[in-house]
Amino acid sequence: MPGTFEGETVNRRRFMNLVTNGAGGVAAVAITLPVLGFAAGPIFSRVPFEWQTIGMPADFPKSTYQTRVVEIVQGIGEAGKTTAYVRARDPSIDTEPEDQYNQFVALSSRCMHLGCPVRFVAAAERFICPCHGGVYDFRGMVAGGPPVRPLDRFYTRLKDGYVQIGPRYSVNSELRRFSPRDPGEPLDGVGQYLYPARFSTSQIPQS
Amino acid sequence: MPRPKRPGEAQDVGAFPPAEAGITVVDWIDERTSLSPGIRWMLFRKVPKGINWAYTLGSATLFAFLAQAVTGVFLAMYYRPDAAGGAYESIRYITDDAFLGQFVRGMHKWGASVMIILIFLHMARVFFYGAYKYPRELTWIIGVVLLILTLVMGFTGYLLPFDQRAYWATIVGVNINGTGPFVGPFLSDFLRAGPEFGATTLSRFYAIHMLLVPGAIGALIGAHLYLVSKLGITAPPWLKAEPEPELLEHSEV
Ligand code: HEM
Ligand code: FES
Repeated sequence: MPGTFEGETVNRRRFMNLVTNGAGGVAAVAITLPVLGFAAGPIFSRVPFEWQTIGMPADFPKSTYQTRVVEIVQGIGEAGKTTAYVRARDPSIDTEPEDQYNQFVALSSRCMHLGCPVRFVAAAERFICPCHGGVYDFRGMVAGGPPVRPLDRFYTRLKDGYVQIGPRYSVNSELRRFSPRDPGEPLDGVGQYLYPARFSTSQIPQS
Repeated sequence: MPRPKRPGEAQDVGAFPPAEAGITVVDWIDERTSLSPGIRWMLFRKVPKGINWAYTLGSATLFAFLAQAVTGVFLAMYYRPDAAGGAYESIRYITDDAFLGQFVRGMHKWGASVMIILIFLHMARVFFYGAYKYPRELTWIIGVVLLILTLVMGFTGYLLPFDQRAYWATIVGVNINGTGPFVGPFLSDFLRAGPEFGATTLSRFYAIHMLLVPGAIGALIGAHLYLVSKLGITAPPWLKAEPEPELLEHSEV
């Protein structure tokens, strides 16, 4: 835009417009970006998890599950707790590769349809969800209903003669380990790419 | 075309002659703000022949929203968004102990359903009367945003009593949201403020429920009503337009 005299490229009115709008824009951005970052921060911060002692090896037979209440979020009482179903590894049925973290099989009670709490029914050797009829077999594999993958698991380990429970991880239908996903997110085929790992969790058990 | 006023002639002031300024409080304010023409423009606009009770559904939704806003503000005087048990306890206090607490909470709780029902009825009225067509598309689009925000109010408010039903319904709701490909998992983390339902999930929902969304709804209702006033209301679709007899004389048919 030409100016009012020869060689002027920006006239006063246009200059003042630019400065005023620019200053307003800077002020708006200076307020909105920090608050948005503030609200979105938890997406990027990794939550620590502590190993919790849940008993002696003899407490956990191979043939049925023991329930243990684990605290997954500190400081909010009951709302931060979840139930784990724990038993000793049974090589005759647990065909997934063995390592130091699965000498005890600890299943999360969170249904992999949409997250209701499943219950182990000993007589049927099934996990049954009260919400929409999800059913899992003794190993936590989907046996019926809407769940999209087997029950999540917790890392377990033996430390000083005690059984300890660690972070949660997710598995696909071949029991391959993935970093913990939310319920409703399948991990077979393209599922693992459609539902990528989050920044807030990690697959490897820390410490 | 109105003829320009001649000196000495009385001014045509229409149906609402201006009162002597400065006599009442209202006049005092109006003299300084000139609000009354705007209010008249909004309230005394022309409406087409044949409108019926279905046209009141929008205003009914508006009043449901106002009732929610008022009762909600007062519930906030007793409510505590504390996930470690304080939230449940404060709701128990409102319901069992506070004077008229059960009544005010009841109004807010039932009013929430009433507002959802009314907004859908209003939307159905607009849809079946074809009132979303040109030039009212933007009114409709703002309406859709209002509908979504109203549903967000329902979702975030449901968690606040923090009983078993509230907790599990929110877990399920957040997980449904997480099933959106690619962004779903991150949106869930955003809603929960972390990978699990945590200490600040409840305060986050509370802030969205009582500050963020009501503010947005209030502003959008303003825009919605401005457009309703500006464009005028549609006539019922079964009403035939009656052309001026003069126009008919000159037409070819
Ligand atoms: C908070 C929610 C809402 C409030 C308070 C509200 C309020 C109103 C009011 C008072 C009117 C005047 C006419 C009437 O009552 O029928 C109106 C008209 C209208 N509304 Fe809404 N509304 C809301 C939601 C919606 C929704 C969800 C839609 C559709 C998606 C919508 C679309 C429209 C349209 C297109 C008109 C113009 C109708 C015409 O010209 O005949 N509104 N609204
Ligand atoms: S949440 Fe378990 S079946 Fe839906």
